Amino acid sequence: MSTYKNILEVRNLQTSFFTDDGEVKAVDGVSFELPKGKTLGVVGESGSGKSITALSLLQLLSKPGKIKGGEILFKGKNLLDYTEKQMREIRGNDISMIFQEPMTSLNPVYTVGYQISESLMIHQNLNKREAKLKSIEMLKLVGIPSPEKRVDQYPFELSGGMRQRVMIAMALACNPDMLIADEPTTALDVTIQAQILDLIRELQAKLDMSVIMITHDLGVVAETCDYVAVMYAGQVVEFSDVRSLFKKPKHPYTVGLLKSLPRHDIEQEKLQPIKGTVPSPKEMPVGCRFSPRCPAATDLCRGRMPGLITDEQKNEIRCWIYSEEWDGDPEVNIYGEERIAEG
Amino acid sequence: MTKFIIRRLIQTIPVLLGVTILVFSLMHLIPGDPAQIIAGESAPERQVEQIRERLGLNDPLHVQYGKFLGNIVTGDLGQSVRSSRPVADEIGTRFWVTVELAVYSTIVSVFLGLIAGIISAVRHYTVLDVVIMIVALFGLSMPNFWLGLMLIQYFSIGNWMPDWMSFMQMRASGWGDSWKQVVLPVITLGTAGAAIIARMTRSSMLEVIGQDYIRTARAKGVKERIVIYRHALKNALIPVVTVVGLEFGALLGGTVLTETIFAINGMGRLTIDAIRTRDFPVVQGTVLVISLLFVFVNLLVDISYRFLNKRIELD
Amino acid sequence: MSENTVNEPVTAKRVNPRLENYKMIWKRLKKNKAALIGGYLIIFFILVAVFGPYLLSQFGQYGPYQQNLLNKLQGPSAEHWFGTDNFGRDIFTRIIHGMELTLWIGFLSVLIGMIIGVPLGIISGYYGGRIDNIIMRVMDVLLAFPGILLALAIVSVLGGSLQNVIIAVGIFSIPAFARIVRGSTLSVRKLEYIDAVRALGASDFRIIFKHILPNVMSPIIVQATLRIATAVLTASGLSFLGLGAQPPMPEWGAMLSAGRTYMYEAWHVAFFPGAMIVLVVLAFNIFGDGIRDALDPKMKQ
Repeated sequence: MSTYKNILEVRNLQTSFFTDDGEVKAVDGVSFELPKGKTLGVVGESGSGKSITALSLLQLLSKPGKIKGGEILFKGKNLLDYTEKQMREIRGNDISMIFQEPMTSLNPVYTVGYQISESLMIHQNLNKREAKLKSIEMLKLVGIPSPEKRVDQYPFELSGGMRQRVMIAMALACNPDMLIADEPTTALDVTIQAQILDLIRELQAKLDMSVIMITHDLGVVAETCDYVAVMYAGQVVEFSDVRSLFKKPKHPYTVGLLKSLPRHDIEQEKLQPIKGTVPSPKEMPVGCRFSPRCPAATDLCRGRMPGLITDEQKNEIRCWIYSEEWDGDPEVNIYGEERIAEG
Repeated sequence: MTKFIIRRLIQTIPVLLGVTILVFSLMHLIPGDPAQIIAGESAPERQVEQIRERLGLNDPLHVQYGKFLGNIVTGDLGQSVRSSRPVADEIGTRFWVTVELAVYSTIVSVFLGLIAGIISAVRHYTVLDVVIMIVALFGLSMPNFWLGLMLIQYFSIGNWMPDWMSFMQMRASGWGDSWKQVVLPVITLGTAGAAIIARMTRSSMLEVIGQDYIRTARAKGVKERIVIYRHALKNALIPVVTVVGLEFGALLGGTVLTETIFAINGMGRLTIDAIRTRDFPVVQGTVLVISLLFVFVNLLVDISYRFLNKRIELD
Repeated sequence: MSENTVNEPVTAKRVNPRLENYKMIWKRLKKNKAALIGGYLIIFFILVAVFGPYLLSQFGQYGPYQQNLLNKLQGPSAEHWFGTDNFGRDIFTRIIHGMELTLWIGFLSVLIGMIIGVPLGIISGYYGGRIDNIIMRVMDVLLAFPGILLALAIVSVLGGSLQNVIIAVGIFSIPAFARIVRGSTLSVRKLEYIDAVRALGASDFRIIFKHILPNVMSPIIVQATLRIATAVLTASGLSFLGLGAQPPMPEWGAMLSAGRTYMYEAWHVAFFPGAMIVLVVLAFNIFGDGIRDALDPKMKQ
């Protein structure tokens, strides 16, 4: 094997949309890394830039969107230096992606089999017949009953859960090293959600893949991920391993997210939504982007943007509370009363 | 599919009946006494009565309509007042001239429209796109009789004997000068259609290009060209098919003007001549034939649309 | 949602949503350069129609019917901007006088189409069932006569005159309005609040005027604008065939038809009336496209 330590390292990624009303910074200096064979969760509310980050990785942004800077190191090589042709060889072959909407993500005028075969014919030079056989095999792998029949069906003949399985079959057909799953279960029924997550996990182990799981659902993260990047308003505000994050979240935003999540392990009076909404990219706060909604925010928070601070466990937090410059109460409690009672 | 075709055929019946009723009533919507008007104001009463008799205007309305409908079914469209020949004979070969003109024009407008629309969509918001769309807007806004006259003026000053040549005649006589007789009418008639199809193709393509499944195809590593021509185009063409059907209809209607300008001896010109000479049975005949043809083409388009778009549920 | 978010007092100023909506449409319309050009052109044409003939009578040297056989078929020049026709009449003067005719034909015929088509569409979409079926089949029949043919057939029996052309083109526009309005009515009808209003005891009449009509206004406006373009084209076509405005009226289609005879000696006689038709039709088409984009809810994000 070669010299890279992590299969993916993203450094200071910046993606903007250049609209008539000016530049909108959708992703603003995002960094994270993913060791081989592990799963990274990228969490955030809608509008936090998590999906744009995912699309940036494969350079699939649509028109006014453009990657402005940063590095995307995949197996040690910067994908941003690749030509469009080289990127095409990566897409669907080394890195695959599945999307949120299985209902609309499959082309309605082609059979399921054709759509799976297509990547095989592009990347593995299989002929039509071989590709079809492999497609049937893939459909079997993702647990679709009577794949010989399904392979010739059109997407409209399949249910939502089935279609997401087809999407997964399509994504995994060329045995990629990495899978980006952009909210793969959001559009599905709860029972189907669990099945799809199980399937992804099972196939990850079987095929030795690394996975990036984009989601707004911390429950999904807890179930599937090894690492988490919490995103807020185009930035990573906390990067941590999953155990530390759930045990002791550090960023007030992460704390807020966890509080708004129903939990079974501790008693909750009621769910507490985070007050306010994600700021629009056109009217970003000057200082910390979470400061308008943060219960602990001080003048420092509102005046200057905090940098990323690395703690003892090598986790990263973008919050003034953990810096030496902190001007507020040194004993500030961001957890609220329940946590104190818990210890 | 067979069930759909049968149902669609049954749906056509009331429309066909409606068309015949409307065409039938044309004669009776004429203000005043149709027979008198056909015969001319100063015609002697005996002649007017003769015409009235010949057109069956003395019968009660429902009997007249019954006869009218019965005659149509047997292919009898009545008799020309002017030439005394059967209307069906008057239409005769002129039918094929008009159909040929309309079909060529449809082919040209579909061909040009699709290419222009696709280029525009693929290059959207570039100068090329803007130019194509401005040209299309002009094409759409031009009266075809004006366009036709300007083309004649520009291309065939002096010796123009615009006599429509059929494709077969052209093959027999060699191309030579015949392009003038065929190409100019076809451009005249097809321009508006090409413009409409270009605009439709462009917006349909743009809508499809924004769809999730296009992103999926790109994420698979499919080449951009194949994304456009295989994944996007096939979806984008589905709504365009319906427009092609409607355009064929508009072209059929447009032949009235085009044939007049280019002195093409088709059904359109026959209609105008008949209107001028108040030969109402002939007007009825041509209007009926053109409409029936249009209904039939729309039926075909509907069926092929259904065939292309497998997603329409069986309702 | 927790209770306290629901009970939070509404602090935002109350704004009229419909007014806000119009403001937004206006903003988007202003952004659409093509639509603005179309709109300005239409205003300009209306001004020409209203004031043009008066200004010409004050400052021009020619009347629309003033003949000068010694000066016939002259090409464009400083005295005759668009040249003269076969009777030596000034084509520019005649075109300015024809503007009013053209706009009247366009507006009136579309108005006829709207007055008949819109109620038919609303009734069809609102009541559905048998009446819907009947109305829509009748519309299908009207649509079975392609393009200009329906208007042509009507004019052929009524007799060729400007008035009959307006009626014929009006009838020709009915199905377009009926279909579009029916579609929009159906989608509004499905909204739950219509059921709620009905449960409160509102009459059909009230529901249609208060709730349905305002909501189907946008497609009607768009359709009307685009339809004026079609109406002008169709009407000038009928006049060109000698079935509409009769000479010596300065109607553009009729002028074009007269110019046809002299095409080889004097191209301008046919050119200018036709070019004016193109400009007017173009203006309405551009403007119609623009307001359609501005009103399209799909692009609101």
